[in-house]
Amino acid sequence: MTTQEDVEATKRGAFSSRKVFILAAIGSAVGLGNIWRFPYVAYENGGGAFLIPYLVALLTAGLPFLLMDYGLGHKYRGSAPLSFARLRRGTEFLGWWQVGICFLIAVYYAAVIAWALRYTFFSVDKAWGDDPPGFFIGEFLQAGDVEITSDVVAGVLVPLLIVWVAVLLIMGFGVQKGIGTTALFLIPVLVIVFVVLVIQALTLDGSAAGLDAFFSPNWDALTEPGVWAAAYGQIFFSLSIGFGIMITYASYVGRKTDMTGSGMVVGFANSGFELLAGIGVFAALGFIAQANGVAIGEAASGGGVGLAFFAFPTIISEAPAGALLGVLFFGSLVIAGLTSLVSVIEVVISAVRDKFELSRIGATMWVGIPAAVISLVFFSTTSGLYVLDVLDHFINQYGILVVAVVSMLVVAWGVRALRTLAEHHNVNGSLKLGRTWIAIVSVITPVALTYVLVRGFLDEIDTAYGDYPQWLLNSVGWGAAVAVIVFGVLASLVRWRPETSLEEPILTTEETR
Amino acid sequence: MSADAVIMMIVAMLILWGGLVVAIIRLNRHEPPTLDEIHRDL
Repeated sequence: MTTQEDVEATKRGAFSSRKVFILAAIGSAVGLGNIWRFPYVAYENGGGAFLIPYLVALLTAGLPFLLMDYGLGHKYRGSAPLSFARLRRGTEFLGWWQVGICFLIAVYYAAVIAWALRYTFFSVDKAWGDDPPGFFIGEFLQAGDVEITSDVVAGVLVPLLIVWVAVLLIMGFGVQKGIGTTALFLIPVLVIVFVVLVIQALTLDGSAAGLDAFFSPNWDALTEPGVWAAAYGQIFFSLSIGFGIMITYASYVGRKTDMTGSGMVVGFANSGFELLAGIGVFAALGFIAQANGVAIGEAASGGGVGLAFFAFPTIISEAPAGALLGVLFFGSLVIAGLTSLVSVIEVVISAVRDKFELSRIGATMWVGIPAAVISLVFFSTTSGLYVLDVLDHFINQYGILVVAVVSMLVVAWGVRALRTLAEHHNVNGSLKLGRTWIAIVSVITPVALTYVLVRGFLDEIDTAYGDYPQWLLNSVGWGAAVAVIVFGVLASLVRWRPETSLEEPILTTEETR
Repeated sequence: MSADAVIMMIVAMLILWGGLVVAIIRLNRHEPPTLDEIHRDL
């Protein structure tokens, strides 16, 4: 007998099993931020003591919000805009706002993966010589004055093109054969590669000093509000929540799936990988600090791009079997980045498919080709680094964070849908959701994220981000943050095709279990 | 490594990696409700 679920799976695509869904969700959550952001944030905010606010944030914001996203996608069986439209017609713009954010993230995230891809090969002969920062900015990216140029850098263009071809191929194959199979293969590879990297890093001289710096608790840090804000920010950005990814992925999972139990696995896998990354990164930093006679803090300074493209090349140049360490490290960045990029672009493809009833290949082309062209035009030029840095900051701070807070408030207080979502989860979920979850999602998480948002905004007023010129911050930064909201509203005004029902798919009792 | 750092490292491993193991075991042991249970709820 053909069920409603079979029809849905044929039409929209679906993951073949819970395992594939969990691996795809882990692939989305585990990204560049786990490897280069978490270790630095933890070190800067109390070291070992950071574990306490981090765990509190995981339990009171990360996992509850993740389950809200899962609930929306799993119950309403659609991309972010379709799920919101089915929740309440007037909330559809939230879904399109998230789609706009994902589109912009995809175009610049691909560039960072392209850098890592190139550095995987640079690691073999240590192409950066004895000046990794100068090589990265001057020779590799050829970044000059802060301006927007059309001077193409072939060394970035080619790997970026390769990344987009790979992504479009994956997306074209569909939910299971493309996204699912990629996750099924790449996530175990990522874990194995990273474990080998950590083992190698731990054998380096000075690794114990690095771990000491990473784990030594500074208990006084717990009294600082900024440390708690950093913990909530880290959990929030790391878990891929609040901007449509988990809604979209949850819509591809069978009705009978234990979504709360799956959410726990995804949440702890993401945090577990962050811990592994912290151990590997700080063991390596301990080596370079000892070799060069500098403090660990100095070796780790910069975080993010600085850690990956300045500090690690230095480590690779000086460590025994450094080339292997480099291939493992940058290879991990490529894999982690690719599985996250796939999830980000899927939010857009899924939304376009639902709205215009397009085929998989059609939607992939309509979304992927413009995204690839914009990505290549803006991020393979000598101004790519600056545009990327500004866009990343503003889309994270005033895109993802704002839409997350707004959507949480709308779902909790505007539409009052949390009880319904909890009941939906409780049918098949191993972890039962009740008043505590509703209280956390209605009050604690929005308050915590609003605090992170306001704190960041006040810092912004105090000091312009990155000392960039105001015209760049206004056009690329604030411009992008406002543009995605305008896009969200306009896209929600476009009519759905007659064949798309905006009613919640009703299944028989047999089908729901 | 200092004793404090070692303790915090072990605690972090136990909570995060242990939490993952528990979550996986819990997920695998969970049986979906029977039709009777659903009808009783209704």
